[in-house]
Amino acid sequence: MAALIKISVQSADFDIGAETAALAIAGTGGINTFLGVVRHQNDNADVRCLRLEHYPGMTEGQIRTIIEEAENRWGVLAATVIHRIGDLYPGDQIVFVGVASAHRGDAFDACEFIIDFLKTRATFWKKEFTPDSDRWLTTRQTDLDTASAWQSNEADSR
Amino acid sequence: MSEVTVQFFASLREALGKDRMTISLDGSLSVSDLVIKIGAQEDAAWQTALESPDILVAVNQTLVERSHKVQPGDEVAFLPPVTGG
Repeated sequence: MAALIKISVQSADFDIGAETAALAIAGTGGINTFLGVVRHQNDNADVRCLRLEHYPGMTEGQIRTIIEEAENRWGVLAATVIHRIGDLYPGDQIVFVGVASAHRGDAFDACEFIIDFLKTRATFWKKEFTPDSDRWLTTRQTDLDTASAWQSNEADSR
Repeated sequence: MSEVTVQFFASLREALGKDRMTISLDGSLSVSDLVIKIGAQEDAAWQTALESPDILVAVNQTLVERSHKVQPGDEVAFLPPVTGG
């Protein structure tokens, strides 16, 4: 049975309590959530603002693909991804991933898989403003390594 | 429709000073040849920027190789390295 999927790319903030509660559909035994928050410091510089943009249409389609891949690997009853765009400030909520499963193991793994792939595959771009300068962030090597580890896990399990 | 829409995002948009443009196209053309055509129409520096191996290309919102044939009516997007999450 296909999972209940909610995807939203939005400038507005979100309520993690309401989003988490909405995942508790029939059959759910565990919900795992991840909340990303704008850091106060990045690479030893004070962050004043993060400006996020995406590719409307393509980004949402990619998130759907990522969730469907998680569904193919683990038991996923419901999944929600909310990603904010626009100007965000230190301490602001930036991304929410929630997965409901019958058992906790699937929920933990699917949630981690989805956020790892959001970081490296989905068409979002971040521009960081510090008191001294601004710059477009580039993909972190550690994030690429984490995402590719999932792919080699998949190869091992075949 | 005998043209393609081309979009530039994030750092690329800022470097080129433009977020979208249209290119006239009679038949199909590879992404690589489209980049040459954009360079000829705008500036050689654009071709250099768009040929960077860091830049990914999507046609109709799906990632493609540079050899992919672009058709009239397609939506082509040039994408700098992504940083979501």
